[in-house]
Amino acid sequence: MKTGCTVFLAAFVALGASWFGLVRGPLHQLGGAQQTLTLQAAENWPPQRTGEATLGLQVYRKYGCAACHTEQVRQTGVANELALTSLGTQKAADFKDFLKSLMVVPALMNYSNTILGNLEGWNGNVPVTLYSGDNSSVVSTLADKLKPVGVKTEALVVARGADLARGWGVRQSVAADYLYDEPLQLGNLRAGPDLTIIGLRHPDVAWQLQHLYAPRSQVSDSTMPAFRFLFEVRQKTGGRPAPDALALKPEFAPAAGLEVVPTLEARQLAAYLASLKANAPLYEAPFTPVTAAK
Amino acid sequence: MKTDETNSCSLAGIDASCRVPLLALFGGAAVWLVLGLLLGLVAAMSFHKPDLFADCPFLGFGRAQAAANDLLLYGFALPAALGVLLWIFARLSQAPLALPIVPVVAANLWHLGVLLGTAAILVGDSTGHLWLEYPRAAAALIFAAFVLIAVSAAATLGLRAERELYPSHWFLFAALLWFAWAYSTANLFLLSGHPPRGVVQATMGWWFANNLLFVGLALLGIGIAFYFLPKLASQPLASSGFTLFAFLTLVFFGSWCGIPQSAPVPAWLPAISAFAAMLSLLPILALALVAWHTIRGANCACAGGPFCFIRFGTLSFVLSALLYLSEFCPRYSRLLDFTWFGFGVTQWQLLGFAGMILCGAIYEILPRVMAKALPHPNLVKWSFFLFFAPGVLLYVVPLLIGGVEQGLKLRDPQVAFASANGVTLLFLRVSTLGQVLLLAGSLCLLLNILTLTVQWKLGLLKTVIDAVKAPLERESASAALGGAESASAALRRDKEVKA
Repeated sequence: MKTGCTVFLAAFVALGASWFGLVRGPLHQLGGAQQTLTLQAAENWPPQRTGEATLGLQVYRKYGCAACHTEQVRQTGVANELALTSLGTQKAADFKDFLKSLMVVPALMNYSNTILGNLEGWNGNVPVTLYSGDNSSVVSTLADKLKPVGVKTEALVVARGADLARGWGVRQSVAADYLYDEPLQLGNLRAGPDLTIIGLRHPDVAWQLQHLYAPRSQVSDSTMPAFRFLFEVRQKTGGRPAPDALALKPEFAPAAGLEVVPTLEARQLAAYLASLKANAPLYEAPFTPVTAAK
Repeated sequence: MKTDETNSCSLAGIDASCRVPLLALFGGAAVWLVLGLLLGLVAAMSFHKPDLFADCPFLGFGRAQAAANDLLLYGFALPAALGVLLWIFARLSQAPLALPIVPVVAANLWHLGVLLGTAAILVGDSTGHLWLEYPRAAAALIFAAFVLIAVSAAATLGLRAERELYPSHWFLFAALLWFAWAYSTANLFLLSGHPPRGVVQATMGWWFANNLLFVGLALLGIGIAFYFLPKLASQPLASSGFTLFAFLTLVFFGSWCGIPQSAPVPAWLPAISAFAAMLSLLPILALALVAWHTIRGANCACAGGPFCFIRFGTLSFVLSALLYLSEFCPRYSRLLDFTWFGFGVTQWQLLGFAGMILCGAIYEILPRVMAKALPHPNLVKWSFFLFFAPGVLLYVVPLLIGGVEQGLKLRDPQVAFASANGVTLLFLRVSTLGQVLLLAGSLCLLLNILTLTVQWKLGLLKTVIDAVKAPLERESASAALGGAESASAALRRDKEVKA
């Protein structure tokens, strides 16, 4: 390291290697990504946003919403579940006895405590989860053995993790979810809740608008700042509220004779939030959608 | 005979050659530091009184915090570090700064870029990419300014009498390459007309942020610290071999960190970052050892002077880097990701490490460059003990503890989100106190630099007036016509004074 040339070369090679790995690499792997197909329904994913929602992403960027909100959820694993959906002609007690007799099957032997434990204190209500765990062969064996006796079961793939248990998502976020995000607003701080499926959690645009105008009118212990500058407070024309005026609770409403109307930006932002619903099972993030199970 | 001559004029001459460029870089940096801390304080207000800016779109958390972060990095840390780098290069080359007018132009371009970028973020024209919020025009100005400074630095390096490079050289020289490559790559890819799709934007952003905030700042900060620590402690750098090992491992492994473990990207990316982060412990520990052995037993009074600042900054570097790397351990990342912990680590890197080392370096360099004692030396001393050191700790430590608390609560789905969020508020209130202290400290820095600048300009004015009043045959009349503030006039004047 005596001369400038060696230092330059060492630094050049080091940074160049990481540039190839972490800049060119992902670009090569994902830069040409296209829409993919969802499992089961085989629909295109992700769906193209509406024009209003696409503009809403720019409003999201403009006010730096990603400083407090993430748009990514994690999962710790995937569980294979077998749920009993119908007893058919069987009685609950008979079914329990039958299940107990199955526990000599080699594939199930090690899981007898888990499976029978799930039915402790069970009074015959369906659906009930018989097994939930990592081993998919337990699910298939149990389903095979139960089929001949006339009960109906359903095998489910369930994503697990704290974020998902909070209701912030149905599966982990994957690269395919962000195809149309420009600029990408992943966020890295949860001073507010995650927004990955906010469009499913609060599908009502009116809820979103009221929450933006007065967060504590919708979530009493929210710490979110109000975005009142995205709304116009104006005189009601003819004494009646305009069709798009917010139906605020009295303690958050403006003085009598005034109404709160969302600006264009507020409506775009609400449309963008409504478009956030990463709920499709993908090859790299499988799960059984709840709607299909019912 | 000849060498004697150059040596005799060297130190004062070298320092004088840096005077105008360094004043331009440091003065602006100090202003941005004050503004950045002020905006950070404004941003924090959103957590103390959520609806404070409900009718003011400019100062909400999302905008103010982004502007504050960028002011601390692009406004303060980088230009100040580049100024110190120019001076160190000139000193180590034993030659006056090459092309001294170039960094002066560059400093003004740089500060203009920062001004534009900050204004753009506050009016909502941010690009939306973390650490790259400045729009294209501002980024182009900053990059052009950087290239100019790098040209002057490289030219100065080329003037060196001894061909052998010092350890400080390696780090600072690599830092120049780092910023040029990382900043241009990120801006060209992300702010071009056709940015890459989806998560590729994020991976590029993470690569950039890691290479600027972790590796880049480490190269700059350690390069500066390894110049000053041996000088101030009057002991040689402990081990050049260990330093070389640290340098090589830092650039080879450190540059691969940065991809968060929870990132929604193909699994090999976070995995490789986790591995690189583990290996990056090597340079951190090696640097810590070298620094420790260099200053151990030094007969140097720590009276709140530059030595205190730089020692504090070096310690901050080691601790903040260890915490930063811990975020890439999959086990801890599940707990720490998306909490205030990462925010706290970044602020520690920016203010506790880079900020403190740079303050120390500025306080050490300014009196030499201006050939004049600092106007408020007591302010330096008291600002360290009253404002900077407690400020950094009060600002950062609550964020780190609060982040862990928040992570523990978020990890348990039975705990309501509001409760996980509520637990952080107490910590945020304490950290705001730290921000206030830091702001007070930064005002001391600004006051020192401003007073020096004003005194220097008044001195220049006096020289000009004297020159004008003097009989015409005096040759100094021609120098006065060059304008009071031009760098060449200042340099000529310095030479006259010395002669």
